[in-house]
Amino acid sequence: METLHLLAYSPPGWGATLLAGLWNSLLIAVGAFGLGLILGTLGAWGKLHGGPVTRDLLAMYTTIVRAVPELILILILYFGVTDLVNQILIALGHERIQISGVAAGIAVLGVVQGAYATEVLRGALLAVPQGQVEAAKAMGMPPFLMARRIIFPSMLGLAMPGLANLWLIATKDTALLAVVGFSELTFATRQAASTTKAFFTFFMAAGVIYLIITLLSGWAFARIERWARRGEPRNAGG
Amino acid sequence: MRGADVMRGWLQPHRIVLILIGLGLVYVCVTQMRWDWLPKYAPMMAEGLWRTIWLLILSSILGMALAIPLGLAQAAGPWYLAKPAQVFCTVIRGTPLLLQIWLLYYGLGSLFPQYPWIRESDLWPILRQAWPYALLALTLSFAGYEGEVMRGAFRSVPRGQLEAARAMGMPRHLILWRIWLPQAVRAVLPTLGGETVLQMKATPLVATITVVEIYAVASRVRQDTFIVYEPLLLLALAYLALAGLIVLAFRWFENRGPVRHRPS
Repeated sequence: METLHLLAYSPPGWGATLLAGLWNSLLIAVGAFGLGLILGTLGAWGKLHGGPVTRDLLAMYTTIVRAVPELILILILYFGVTDLVNQILIALGHERIQISGVAAGIAVLGVVQGAYATEVLRGALLAVPQGQVEAAKAMGMPPFLMARRIIFPSMLGLAMPGLANLWLIATKDTALLAVVGFSELTFATRQAASTTKAFFTFFMAAGVIYLIITLLSGWAFARIERWARRGEPRNAGG
Repeated sequence: MRGADVMRGWLQPHRIVLILIGLGLVYVCVTQMRWDWLPKYAPMMAEGLWRTIWLLILSSILGMALAIPLGLAQAAGPWYLAKPAQVFCTVIRGTPLLLQIWLLYYGLGSLFPQYPWIRESDLWPILRQAWPYALLALTLSFAGYEGEVMRGAFRSVPRGQLEAARAMGMPRHLILWRIWLPQAVRAVLPTLGGETVLQMKATPLVATITVVEIYAVASRVRQDTFIVYEPLLLLALAYLALAGLIVLAFRWFENRGPVRHRPS
C-alpha cells in the first residue's frame, strides 16, 4: 500500500482530520446514548405506570420511531428542530441562531435511542421480582431508596445486553449524520478519500476504527454485565 | 360477538379523543401545507417506491441465502470455516452500513476501471451503474446480521432429533434439508420480521450513491422546490406503511406453519 502515508497525523496526512471526526462521533454517541437512557427511563415508567393517554402516546412514539428510517427522522428533526427553535427565538424578540451540529446530532439520535431504550428498560423493569418490591413497600421504604437499592440493582443485569446493543447502534448511527454534512468520522473519511482518491485506504482505516470501538465496547459491556450480575446464582432458573 | 368486544376494548373514550386529534392534525397537514408538487412528482415517487421494494426483497432473499451457510459454518463447521464466518459477521456488524456502501461503491468503483479486461468485458455496462454496489452492500449487511441469528437458530434445534436421524442412517444432506434447516428457519421467523424492517430502514442509505429510490426522489423534490417537510412526511408515511406490510406478511407466514404443541 503506497498510500499509507496519507494516514499520518500531520499534513499531508489526514490523521488529524480523522481523529477530529472520531472525537465528534464519540461525543455524539455518548450524548445520544445518555439522552436515550433518560428518555427510555421516563418512557418505560410511563408505559408501566402511566395513565391510558400516556401509554397510548408512548406506544405511538416507539412504534413510529422504530418503523421510520433513522435517516428520515434525522432530516425531519434536524430541519424541524432548528426551525422551531429559531421561530421561538424570533417570536421572543431574539436573533436567529445556528444550532451546533453536535447539539442537533445528540438531540436527534437521542430521540431515536429513547424509543429503543424504552422497550429495553420496560422489559427489564417487568422482570424485577414483584415480591421484592412489595416487601420493600411493606417495610416502608421511600420510593427513591427503593428504586436505588432494590429495583435498579436487580434490573441492571437484565437490561445490560439490550443496552450494550443500543450503544453499538448509537456509535454506528452517528455515521448517518454524514448525510446532513456534519463532520464526524465517516464524513471526514469521505472528504479525505475524495480529495486524495485513496478510497480503499481511508474507508478501510475508518472501518478498522469503528471495529475497534465495537470490540472494546463489547468487552467493556461484558465486564459491566458480569459485575451487575455478581449477586445472582449461577445457572439461575435451571 | 368477540369482534365487537375487542372493538369496545380498543375504542375507549380517550382513544376516540386521540383519534379525533389525529384526524384534525391530518386535516391541517393536508389543507395548510403545500402539496401542489405532488402531481408532477407522483410517477417518479411510485417508481422510487418500486425500486425500494425490489432492493429490499432481493437483498433480503440473497442475504438469507448467504446467512444459512454462514450460520451453519459457525454452529457446526470445522474451525477453518467457522472462524472466517465469525470474522465476517463481526466486521459487518461492527462497522456502519454507510461506510460499507461507500467502500464498495467508491473503492471498487475506482479500482475496476484500472483493469482493461474488466472494462472490455460484457459486465462493464452493469458495473458502471450504482445499483449493483447498492444491492451487494445491502445483501452482505443482511447476511452478516442474519448469519449471527442463524447460528443461534441451528444450535437451538434439539440434538436428539439430529442423532435420531443419524441413527436411522439418513444421509447428512438429507438431515440438513429435512430436519435441521426447516426447524431452524421456523425458529427465526419471529425475529426475521423485525430484521426485515431493519433492512427496510437501511435502504435509503443507497440514495447517497445515486440509486434513485423513494428517498432520493423526496430529496430531489426538496432540492427542486425548496419544500422541506411535505416530502419528508410523505416519505415517513410510506415507510410506516411498508413496515406494517412486512410485519403482517411475516405474521401470516408464521401462522401457516405447523403449530407447536406445548405441554400444558
